[in-house]
Amino acid sequence: MITRFRQVEMRLMGPLTAIPIVLAVAVLGTIAALPVLAMVISELTQDFIPPGLQHLVTVAVGCAGFIGILALNPIYAIWLERKVAAHVQDRLGPMRVGWHGLLQSFADGIKLLFKEDLVPKNADPVLFRAAPMLAIVSAFAAFAIVPWGVRSDGAVLAVADLNIGVLYFVAITSLGALSVLMAGWGSNNKYALYGGMRAAAQMVSYEIPTAILVLLVVAQVGTLSIPEIVAAQEGGFLGIGDWLIFQMFPLNLIGFVLFFICGLAETNRTPFDIPEAESELVAGFHTEYSGMRFAFFFLAEYGNMLLVSMLAALMFLGGWVGPFGSNPLLLFVKGFGLVVVQMWLRWTLPRLRVDQLMAVCWKYVIPISFFLLLVVAGVRGVGAGW
Amino acid sequence: MKQYFQDIYESVSTVLIGMGVTFRHVFTPSVTQQYTADELPEERWRSPLDIPKESLQDRSRMKLHVKIEDCIGCKQCERACPVDCIHIENERRLKTAPPIFAANGQAIKQTVVQFDIDMSLCCYCQLCVYPCPTDCILMTPDFEFGGDRKGDLLYRYAKEPRDPNPPKPPVRRKFARKKFVRKKGALSKARPRRKVVRRRRAAAPAEAN
Repeated sequence: MITRFRQVEMRLMGPLTAIPIVLAVAVLGTIAALPVLAMVISELTQDFIPPGLQHLVTVAVGCAGFIGILALNPIYAIWLERKVAAHVQDRLGPMRVGWHGLLQSFADGIKLLFKEDLVPKNADPVLFRAAPMLAIVSAFAAFAIVPWGVRSDGAVLAVADLNIGVLYFVAITSLGALSVLMAGWGSNNKYALYGGMRAAAQMVSYEIPTAILVLLVVAQVGTLSIPEIVAAQEGGFLGIGDWLIFQMFPLNLIGFVLFFICGLAETNRTPFDIPEAESELVAGFHTEYSGMRFAFFFLAEYGNMLLVSMLAALMFLGGWVGPFGSNPLLLFVKGFGLVVVQMWLRWTLPRLRVDQLMAVCWKYVIPISFFLLLVVAGVRGVGAGW
Repeated sequence: MKQYFQDIYESVSTVLIGMGVTFRHVFTPSVTQQYTADELPEERWRSPLDIPKESLQDRSRMKLHVKIEDCIGCKQCERACPVDCIHIENERRLKTAPPIFAANGQAIKQTVVQFDIDMSLCCYCQLCVYPCPTDCILMTPDFEFGGDRKGDLLYRYAKEPRDPNPPKPPVRRKFARKKFVRKKGALSKARPRRKVVRRRRAAAPAEAN
């Protein structure tokens, strides 16, 4: 029973309906304030700590920052996802629990915690229990090499400043495919098995272009260490001119888009969500999961989304380097921005068929990325500019 | 080969078009109406008695309403209710108080200090409406009275809030003591109990009138 007044009011309020989404990004930004706080603490205390303990302190700060982010990220990312989905479909989304449904995910989390811990009778007990653990371990472990800033004395704020960081990323993310396969096999359910097999095929296929695109970056920067990749993108026009995405103009832009597509496929997000396709496979590999184990898969999925987005931001969008100098907050703005784009794509595109998915990977993404790598390597090899 | 690049162009451009469509929808006002918060009809804030009967079918059973000024506190509706959703507390009026009457002329000898109907329990059987001697409890055509929480459905119809320390009139004490004695007698002999039953039978038709 909409009154005429309400219709007019709605027309006036139209552009304002996007405010919750803007605020959502702001809320996610406050999560990013955690590592900034950690960095400030680290900056302030560096003079008082003996040099032998300096490394320990940066590692501790890195761990604390990322555990905080990874604990809070899924809660607000799920809320944000529901908000994006709702607004794309002209709905409002969660509105009742807390201000604009902000506490909805906390309520859902508490509900999941209290649910019964079920293991199907015919499931493989070891694999069934180990799969969610492996999923969340692979998602969290990959964050070890994600740095979010450099301190004024040059120390990198990360759990581990590996000199082969991107290699570690490629290695650890393939563990995720194993966890999905374990879940699908261990559930002893035909839908779960189908989901697991599809996931294995998909994730293994998309590992290849991911690795090639990582090589594309490495070929240009000349290092496997992520802080050094970011350092190479410093400076330029307005502080963004030397971002890798603007180098050798169309090549790196295409490379970034392809990397983002591969990231989507590796995190099993729509349009590449065939392992959990609801309309075909009930829930795919997590059909038999409930309660906290199910929540673990969710945590891993949202952790992987953030991981892929942050790596794309670090490798192509300059990481913490930006027009206002280097700031860890910038990295999180970029990372969460790409997460929002992932959600946006999810509610735009329908799911691909299995053969289409494979065709996209083997017939389009791999040849193009390989071509990009060849051109870049050739140009750099003869020492020419673009 | 030409087809290959054409396919790439087509897929990328159509994805961008699709993203444009969804982006536009983010800024269109949502069609969701937040029920109870901004969508309850105007009628809710008027008296339920003002809602035109023609708006619904005949004999439709909706929200209960009590015209408390007509209630004589006989508790017949409370006894009739199969789900015990009505709770009534009375206080005897002082004999010196000016006499008041219900709309059908029946004298009101008790003040209803509490008349609560929990509509979350109500089963809409309308059994409370039939025995009412003054037709003060009735079903209205008001069917939209949802609330955010369960307590919103508890309706308190009593006009005067219950006094926590009501002054005890001597008449009432005397009456209670007499009753007690009579009950004691009923336990030892069978005769007074029959008397009580007969009295009840005699009283019921009088109240119905």
